[in-house]
This record gives sequence, C-alpha cells and structure tokens, in this order.
Amino acid sequence: MKINDLVKQTSGWLKGVGPNSEIVFSSRVRLARNLEKVLFSNWADKEKQEEALAILEPTVNALEQIKDNGLYLKMNDVLNVDKQFLVERHLISREHITKSGAKAVVISADETLSIMLNEEDHLRIQILLPGFALDECWNKIEQCDTALEKKLSFAFSAKWGYLTACPTNTGTGMRASVMLHLPALVMTKQINRVIQAIVKLGLTVRGLFGEGTEAAGNIFQISNQVSLGRSEEEIIDNIKRIINQVIEYEQNARQVLCTKNTSSLDDQVWRSYGILKNAHIISSSETIELLSNVRLGCDVGLIKGLTREVINELFILTQPAHLQKLEGKTLNAQQRDVKRAELIRDKIK
Amino acid sequence: MICQICNKKPASVHLTEIINDQMTELHLCEQCAKEKGIAGLGQPFGLQDLLAGLVDFGTPVPSGKKTALQCPNCKMTYDDFRKIGRLGCSQCYETFKETLEPLLKKVHGAVQHIGKTPLRDEAEFKIKKELQELHLKLQKVIQAESFEEAAIIRDKIKKLQQQGD
Repeated sequence: MKINDLVKQTSGWLKGVGPNSEIVFSSRVRLARNLEKVLFSNWADKEKQEEALAILEPTVNALEQIKDNGLYLKMNDVLNVDKQFLVERHLISREHITKSGAKAVVISADETLSIMLNEEDHLRIQILLPGFALDECWNKIEQCDTALEKKLSFAFSAKWGYLTACPTNTGTGMRASVMLHLPALVMTKQINRVIQAIVKLGLTVRGLFGEGTEAAGNIFQISNQVSLGRSEEEIIDNIKRIINQVIEYEQNARQVLCTKNTSSLDDQVWRSYGILKNAHIISSSETIELLSNVRLGCDVGLIKGLTREVINELFILTQPAHLQKLEGKTLNAQQRDVKRAELIRDKIK
Repeated sequence: MICQICNKKPASVHLTEIINDQMTELHLCEQCAKEKGIAGLGQPFGLQDLLAGLVDFGTPVPSGKKTALQCPNCKMTYDDFRKIGRLGCSQCYETFKETLEPLLKKVHGAVQHIGKTPLRDEAEFKIKKELQELHLKLQKVIQAESFEEAAIIRDKIKKLQQQGD
C-alpha cells in the first residue's frame, strides 16, 4: 500500500457505525513500549535512534495486520503535506512530525492499527475503532503486543510495570480514549459541569486533535490519566462507566432540545445546513462548527437522507492537508477555503 | 508564597491537579511558569508539561548525593532528568529510584503495577508479587500478635524465596 491509497478510502473510525455511534465517534487504545536498556528516543542521538529502528523494523513489519498490505514509512522520507495528512487522520501524533530524528510509522491497510517508532517511546501502538468499542480495542492491541513481545524484549519491572520515557505513562503504558460529540450538553450550557466532574474522577478532557487543542465542533476526547496501580481492564471499565453516564446526559439534553426548545434547535440545524450547502468560501473552523450542528440534526432525525459517515468524513476531508491531497497540489489558505466549500457542496446534496 | 521551582521569586501562578481524589498544588513565579510553558491564560497544558517541575516537588532540597547521580547505562544525570522530566533509558528507573517513587505516587496514586506482564516475566513476577503481599500480611499478623499465623507465613515466604532463586 502507498500513502496515496489512503486518500481514496474512508478511515474505519469515521464510518459512523458501532455502539452508541450517534454520540461516540471513535474509541482508541494506545500502548507505550520500550526496548530494555536501549536509549529512549528523545535521549538518543541519530545513530542510536537508527539502531533502535533496525531492531524494531523487522518485527513490526512481520505483524499479521502489516505484512501483506501494510504501509511502512520513514518519517524523513515523507513530504510535509503527507505528514500533516497522517496527523489529520489520527494515525500519528503531532510530536512525531515536529521533532526530528530517525522516526517511522507502520499502518494497517484498514487504518485500524498504527505503530509509531521512535516517538517519545520506542513503540507507540494504537488501535482506533468507530463507536464505543474500548473492549474490542483492548483485545486487538493486546494480541498485537503479545505478538511483538515474542520477538522483542520490552523494558519491564515487576514493581513498576512497563517502563516509559515519561513517568506519566509508567505501569500499563496504556492510554484509552473515547471521542464524543456533545452538542446538546454545550447548547444547554451543562458541559462545564460535566467536564469538571470527569476531571475530578481522574480522567483528562481534550479537543478533536488531541493534546493542546480546543474542543472545536463540540467534540471532546476523554482519556485516563493514571496508568500505574490499576489493571488495563480496570482502567477501561472505569472509563466505560463514566462515559456511559456522559452519553446518558447528552441523550437527555438532546431530548430536552427536541421537546422544549424546538425552534431554536431547528434554526441552528437548518441554518448550518443551508450555509454548508451553499457557501463558496468557508474556513476550517466554521466548517467544523456547522458540521457539528448538521450531525446533531441527522442524529435526532431532523435531517434525513444524509448519512453519519458522510458528515464524519467531512470533518477530516476538509482539513488543510486532506484538501491538498485530494486536489493533488499545494493550495494556499484562500484556495483551500474555496476548495473546501466546493467539496462540501459536492458531498451534501 | 515563594515559587517552588526557583525558590526565590514570589509565586503568582497557582495550579491544582486532582488525581485519585488527591489534590496536588503547585505554586510558581511567572518566569518559571513561562519556562515550563504554563503562562498565558487559557493556554492548554497537560500534566506531562508540568512533570519537570514536579520532579523535586514535595521533597526537600536535593542532597548532594542525589544530584551527583548518573545512569550508568545512558549517562543521564539527575539534573538532566529534572530539567527534561523524561528518563533516558529503562535503567534510569533504578538509578533515580529515590526521586521516582514519590513522583509516581503523586502522579498515579500508586507504586505497584498490576496489569499485563510480558510472558517471559510472568513466573518471576508472580513470585515477586506474592512475596510482597506475604510481607504485608506478615506485618499485619505480627501487629495483631497472631504469632502462629506469622510462623506459617514466614515458612511460605522462605519457600517462595527458594523458588525465586
């Protein structure tokens, strides 16, 4: 597979299917793993980083999900626009493209599995699935991890578990997260209270594109903070219990909007739909806000004949690097705003 | 209140983290906060960004012995670790054990891993974990003056230790 093949397909996690997909975009579990005694990537010079890559490469490439049709990329050989493209698709982290060094990534053909090599840790393994499916993510990533540890000797201590570059990941090395669409909680002004409660319960809340991003488009990523002293299953159960409650709150808020505040909801949904359908110049931030309203309109049954998959996909296709990949050339900001509007008009008919 | 990083200037940036119902407060002067990338209202930051500042947090001024530490495997010094907030290799966990223990406790509210174990470590890990549990149990029964039970636990520990060797 080549990087340009990804442009033609919809990432599995955007399909709008899976449990609670009217509220949950996607579920993700990632594991941090390091080789015993080999210098952690940020502390290693280029030569040592290359050495680590040489150990890791054959093993990750031999994985079941990778060996036949996976994608292996050395970050130094990847064009800037392609790097950005992979970040927008949630296949690599921003840190993986901003820091220099001997870094690489492997991606399965369906984009469910991706592994960053020499990010902060030697391996950052990720499973990303649509809907509320943390257990399935864990089962898949656990299998993958077990396959890797048959060939690689991971840094582990009986006391502290898996040893990672940053002490915030020590133990299980696991971060489990769920991406939620919570427009009704935002519209009914309950979101701050909900976020405060989530944070108090030891979870972290972030925006659509991860660390340090705002919650644009009413999209929130919720993940565990603690990785030591609890088993993977316990951590996942804890998140599941909390997210189930958040889902219930959002459902209740949607119910309230649909029964008590109908004209204001109708107006917000249809106005957004109208702009997206007719605009000829549109920015990325406006797009995300309006798509969020239209998605809500679909999910509560106001807008018919438009699938969740199309809307989900537009959240990502309208990002700068995706637009340029679709167009096959570099576009400046003004050109992108025109191209973006054209793409949306084409998809929302 | 004085800044907890430079210990010189008055603290004007106050942060609170709540983990496992435990509240951790951090008080910094503006300059140190800026250096840690915390200054500027509304700018998002995560626990990871604060970590370097937390390395010494809660412990008295580092003693000469501690600051002279250097990892024999990757050559990272205690000072490097303090500045970067990241470790250099897996061996660093042993080297900086004294600082890491309270830090991990602060971040995770726990210091004992329970969860997946690499296959190769499974047997060894189980014994170590069981030994730790038995030692805890032993302390309890001794406190409760149940000496007969203590003798049984001691025997078990001995047996396990032999297995471990």
